[in-house]
Amino acid sequence: MERSIVVSGFGGQGALLAGQLLAYAALASGLEVTWIPSYGPEMRGGTAHCTVVVGDEPIGAPLVRHPECVVALNLPSVDKYEPLVAAGGLLVYDSTLVQRPVERVGVCAVAVPASEVAQRSGSPRLANLVLLGALLALRPVVTLEAMGAALRDHLPERHADLLQNNLEALYAGAALGKGCVQARAL
Amino acid sequence: MARELWKGNEALAEAAVRAGAEAFFGYPITPQTELLEYMARRMPELGRTFLQAESEVAAIHMVYGAACAGVRALSSSSSPGISLMQEGLSYLAGSEVPCVLVDIMRGGPGLGNIQPSQSDYFQLTRSAGHGDFHPLVLAPATVQEAVDLMYGSFELAFGWRTLVILAGDGTLGQMMEPVEMPPMRALAVERPDWALTGAAGRPPRVISSLYLDAAELEESNLRLQAKLRQMAATQQRWEGFCVEDADYLVVAFGTVARIAQSAVRAARRAGIRAGLFRPVTLWPYPRQPLEAICPQLRGVLVVEMNGGQMVEDVRCVVRERVPVRFLGHLGGVIPMPDEIEAELAQLVSLSGRAALS
Repeated sequence: MERSIVVSGFGGQGALLAGQLLAYAALASGLEVTWIPSYGPEMRGGTAHCTVVVGDEPIGAPLVRHPECVVALNLPSVDKYEPLVAAGGLLVYDSTLVQRPVERVGVCAVAVPASEVAQRSGSPRLANLVLLGALLALRPVVTLEAMGAALRDHLPERHADLLQNNLEALYAGAALGKGCVQARAL
Repeated sequence: MARELWKGNEALAEAAVRAGAEAFFGYPITPQTELLEYMARRMPELGRTFLQAESEVAAIHMVYGAACAGVRALSSSSSPGISLMQEGLSYLAGSEVPCVLVDIMRGGPGLGNIQPSQSDYFQLTRSAGHGDFHPLVLAPATVQEAVDLMYGSFELAFGWRTLVILAGDGTLGQMMEPVEMPPMRALAVERPDWALTGAAGRPPRVISSLYLDAAELEESNLRLQAKLRQMAATQQRWEGFCVEDADYLVVAFGTVARIAQSAVRAARRAGIRAGLFRPVTLWPYPRQPLEAICPQLRGVLVVEMNGGQMVEDVRCVVRERVPVRFLGHLGGVIPMPDEIEAELAQLVSLSGRAALS
């Protein structure tokens, strides 16, 4: 089974890194994976996004028209992917920065105050990890442990001192995601 | 060895290093710049040569010079840069000096854009420079295949004394995929018997593409043509997916082939007996294997990121026997599996009608 995840945000918000970490975790979990970034002019303003496809078999198309999961770090990303996310898919977004509701029916839209939670973990720049944690709680593409290991192995060296903060943000996001699952079950 | 996640451009560079590349000359251009950037760090680290030239024209002539000395030299660029290199490519071909070149294609013509494209197909297979020659053109579809083809490319180049071009596109260059890297090869110590290594103690050797006498130039050309015929007969490579019982064949190369593979899977689920034919060599085109599949087919769909280039090779083989449809996107637009599937469905209804009438 193939799963597709798009991570999208402003350049500098860590959308591409979040997608890479997911890809590293998938590979370490014995899965097939592709990661492909947007590399056009959007890197210099606007949204930067990447597509991660994970599966049991070698991946065919590394790009998808309608991703199953979208992690949106800013408003332009919600605007862009709200109509594109697959029917029955998941849209996880940072509700600290995106203050409008998602109106599309037939998708699971999850508002996570990611920047606010990230601030408590040390820096609003950890919002990508908070949202990744929420995503994994709702769609366990890989386990949180695998993601934690990917962070330990692949966090850029210059940020090595922030590993604990990153892990904290990841798990805080996962707790919020789990809360969503339970709320839905009720 | 464990599989690691590599970006296409960087994987190509490391594979070239492990294959025994001794010198890299290049000039940056998106979407292949990471290849050059990786080489800028990696080659000096190993005591090998990296040089950023002042232009693509200079870079390919530096490759020519190094290769004349029997050195395993390579360069890489993207479409507009390849156009600039064409003079050098023709000289390399005319003097039968081997080298390896990577083209990570982007949208054209002109400056175009930096998005993925396959619109250099004619240029690479038919007219990589003036005069009568073809480079050996390889088209990987995955990062692993890019690594494997690069690893074998110097053997091909030196074995045939030919130009080997690896043709990818922006998707392949920018994508990360799991890769198992081959082992590091020792550098070649012996130089070929044609290489310019200093004539002390032996008669001097000459490498040139200049033959002022018409009969002499024709003779040199005929030698080259004979070699190209031999390459064409022995070097055709392709991969198939679900071809054995296929009624309908999708033909695509590189990135588009892997996208088409998803479409073929979906078509199979919908009850269409579809298959995928993926040329690995664009020149020589795998005509013989395609011909062998032809009799079982009811229709062919060619998908490319260009206005219809490889489709001409396919039509040469298939001729009028069954319908050949073409789906193309240009300018960096990437075809998606669902539209390939829709085209396949069209082909099925079209061929069905043709069979009835």
